[in-house]
Amino acid sequence: MSTNGLIGRAIKRVEDKRFLTGHGNYTDDIVLPKQTYASFVRSQYAHARLLNVDTSAAKEMPGVVAIYTGTDLVDVNGVPCGWQVNFKNGDTMKEPKHPLLVADKVRHVGDAIAIVIAETIEQATDAAEAVMVEYEELPCVVDAAKAVQSGAPLVHDDVPNNKSFDWVLGNPIEEVNEAMRKAAHVSTLEFVNQRLVPNAIEPRSYNSSYDPATEKYTLYTSSQNPHLIRLLMCAFVLGIPEHKVRVVSPDVGGGFGSKIFHYTEEALLTWCSKKIGRPVKWTSERSESFLLDAHGRDHITKADMGFDANGKIVALRVKTYANLGAYLSTFSSCVPTYLHGTLMQGLYTTPKINVDVTGVFTNTTPVDAYRGAGRPEATYLLERLIDLAALEMNIDPADLRFRNFIPPFDGVNQPGYQTQVALQYDSGNYEGVLKKGLEMVNYAEVRREQQEAAHNGKLVGIGFSTYIEACGIAPSAIVGSLGCRAGLFESAHVRVQPTGKVSVYTGSHSHGQGHETTFAQVVADKLGINLNDVEIIHGDSEAVAFGMGTYGSRSLSVGGSAIIKSIEKIIEKGKKIAAHKLEASADDIEFSSGKFTVKGTDKSIGFGEVALTAYVPHVYPKDLEPGLDFSSFYDPANFTYPFGCHIAVVEVDKETGKVSLKRFIAVDDVGNVINPMIVEGQIHGGLVQGIGQALFEGAEYDENGQLTNASYMDYCMPRADDFPMFEMGSQVTPCPHNPLGVKGAGEAGTIGAAPAIVNAVIDALWSGGHKVKDIRMPLTSERVWHAMVDA
Amino acid sequence: MSTKINVTVNGVQYSHFVEPRLLLVSYLRDVLHLTGTHVGCDTSNCGACTIHVNGKATKCCTLLAVQADGCNITTIEGLSNNGELHPLQEGFNECHGLQCGFCTPGMIMTAADLLQHNPQPSEADIRHALDGNFCRCTGYHNIVKSVQYAAQKMKEKEVVH
Repeated sequence: MSTNGLIGRAIKRVEDKRFLTGHGNYTDDIVLPKQTYASFVRSQYAHARLLNVDTSAAKEMPGVVAIYTGTDLVDVNGVPCGWQVNFKNGDTMKEPKHPLLVADKVRHVGDAIAIVIAETIEQATDAAEAVMVEYEELPCVVDAAKAVQSGAPLVHDDVPNNKSFDWVLGNPIEEVNEAMRKAAHVSTLEFVNQRLVPNAIEPRSYNSSYDPATEKYTLYTSSQNPHLIRLLMCAFVLGIPEHKVRVVSPDVGGGFGSKIFHYTEEALLTWCSKKIGRPVKWTSERSESFLLDAHGRDHITKADMGFDANGKIVALRVKTYANLGAYLSTFSSCVPTYLHGTLMQGLYTTPKINVDVTGVFTNTTPVDAYRGAGRPEATYLLERLIDLAALEMNIDPADLRFRNFIPPFDGVNQPGYQTQVALQYDSGNYEGVLKKGLEMVNYAEVRREQQEAAHNGKLVGIGFSTYIEACGIAPSAIVGSLGCRAGLFESAHVRVQPTGKVSVYTGSHSHGQGHETTFAQVVADKLGINLNDVEIIHGDSEAVAFGMGTYGSRSLSVGGSAIIKSIEKIIEKGKKIAAHKLEASADDIEFSSGKFTVKGTDKSIGFGEVALTAYVPHVYPKDLEPGLDFSSFYDPANFTYPFGCHIAVVEVDKETGKVSLKRFIAVDDVGNVINPMIVEGQIHGGLVQGIGQALFEGAEYDENGQLTNASYMDYCMPRADDFPMFEMGSQVTPCPHNPLGVKGAGEAGTIGAAPAIVNAVIDALWSGGHKVKDIRMPLTSERVWHAMVDA
Repeated sequence: MSTKINVTVNGVQYSHFVEPRLLLVSYLRDVLHLTGTHVGCDTSNCGACTIHVNGKATKCCTLLAVQADGCNITTIEGLSNNGELHPLQEGFNECHGLQCGFCTPGMIMTAADLLQHNPQPSEADIRHALDGNFCRCTGYHNIVKSVQYAAQKMKEKEVVH
């Protein structure tokens, strides 16, 4: 296929200018004719029965258009969960209704009780404050391990022990127990992978309208996947025909997973817009975002890793309680199971693995996919355990990894690697990234500095994380067999205009990933045309036929592959048009650098002329349709498996426990790279979210179910001066099963970073004689200091 | 009850009656339709709403419109000069200092204030100056490089003039 060398170049982003000049178009920027504004009455309690909701005074307030409560919506469905997980005994998971407005009892702080719609947002907020709610407070439970105990308060009266599901994967537990018994050494960790708040800087925003003339709805939504929202809202919640709903996700200010899900407000605003016959807009306040945007992580885990006398891993046993919050969010059930348990092979040849996960309801904000989604939790578990084992067995942590790595395989000449936990890895060179990382950090020198520091009474530590992730989500048939209620393909429509300019309609959605540049690079490269002759259109269900959206590092590997399929069809048809013009056989036409040429001759015509001929078909093959316009759907053959090595060097202050991040080295192998600048940027951002989990962030609930740090005053967001410049390295092991050979880069940083930091801090403490096994994230000065003095 | 205010925004004079509780950011976004200034929080921490009020970087989500009476305001829409991008705008593009773009206007307005007072900042100066602006996408790495690029560019321009 043609190439003009655009692939692989650090092209500056074409979408930047509108953002740099203040002309981005986010959902909250949109004001529609006859616009109204919504404000919510939300529960102050984590768990309470609603005795009375009195809206009479509020209805008399200035500017109020309408107020609805849960009793107005008892016949409306709740928002669905998109992934079915079964109990070990085969029973279907417990999936209680997640209503748009609560009528009976509230189940977490922030649960919606009433919506108030008014002429201005100030009037809506004033009136919402005038709604009187009488509660009967109930005992609540916020901790997943406590929620499954008998006698714990029930979040849903009909869900015994608050268990949504229990689930197991891998080798039979008896075999794993037997291998563990025979192990020469077993390292054990009991730890919490703490709850995080995604915190996209653009708060969620929706604006829904109904046109009685066409009987059509339009929903503007700050979503990562507008088509999925349309499908879920129409088919499962409101029962509206899909062709009567247009969903648009314009510029979206970051998502990180939290804008994948179908939220109650999207459906409720749409329902209200028809009731009142006017557009309704709601933009979350930050304090609402903390309480409502699906949180991430929140696992309580006990894990054992067994080794033989040579330091080879012989078994891994994992038991996790995953906190799901008060309701099942869209993909909540698959995160701790199929995106977590399936990653327990890591990069190692572990022969026996058993992972057991219980999904638990609590009186907290729902938990779902947050950047990495299950894979950071799996990586944290494995990488903490192997580093701890290295300390306990007095083996160098890099050496211990080398002893256990799966040997290199390219997935072409050597087969993929079949794990003990369902997945088959596509291609990998795991020792390669660690070797490169060791060179970059200058390992021997850092160890020497560490010894010198210890000699001078300072604590320096180095920590490793060699991770793998499953991305490019996902082969529809496989995920379907595992319980996914959707296909996970992608669509692409490539329209060549008569002048040779190209419009690409993709089902992927960019909310910072730079698709307008990367996808255009791919198209311009393959067609041999200028980058600025390509436009990427996304995020509008009326323009784009269908799409599954952007998450799970899937846009290029799945969405990009769909684009390639359409381009192949364009070139094939272009050859027929060119052959007719050049009086040759289509089989004799070659396409390269934007030209169709008769093989072995200098007879050729350009792409632009072929495009024009397709739309002005005067001299044209008889049996060929006019036009040059193709749609494709691409369903991947496998997940993709990016991997890498992250290394942290830290210094711990002996007096205060303060951790200073001195260096961070990231060597990531994400397969082939289209735009290295954008890939590095994705990894930088991921690193800060991973390091943020290790050092700063964590949602804290008190025993009454109040989120005590639900604001930017209280939740420690990573800031510019918390970090050094990152030291970036790369390796390329192409993906063998997609046409671009790409694996995905969106989540790598977040997945790898956190355990490297914690391992470095633990290593620093051991260097000073404090033999600490674990410190609970985030590693605040107080926690590190306590760990030191208590050890 | 409404109060009259007179403000100059991006070189244009405006006069409006506003409610005393109207936030300056709402005045800019909802009354003047300058939606380049964003709201990312309700506690004045995130910095997405940073503009210049009388030449100083200011978070306009915690300023009332009536407090801006008589002030000279510059927003992100007023930063470029006759279509020529400000060196910071250029730097953010050159160094990939933005991804989703939501924090970008506030980030640039804060950095512009820094470069007015400290034309050749160190990396630590830049990181310290941007401490009140959150970015969840870039990891700050390329934002620092973008500001360094702009500082260099402005220095070169000065030499030419």
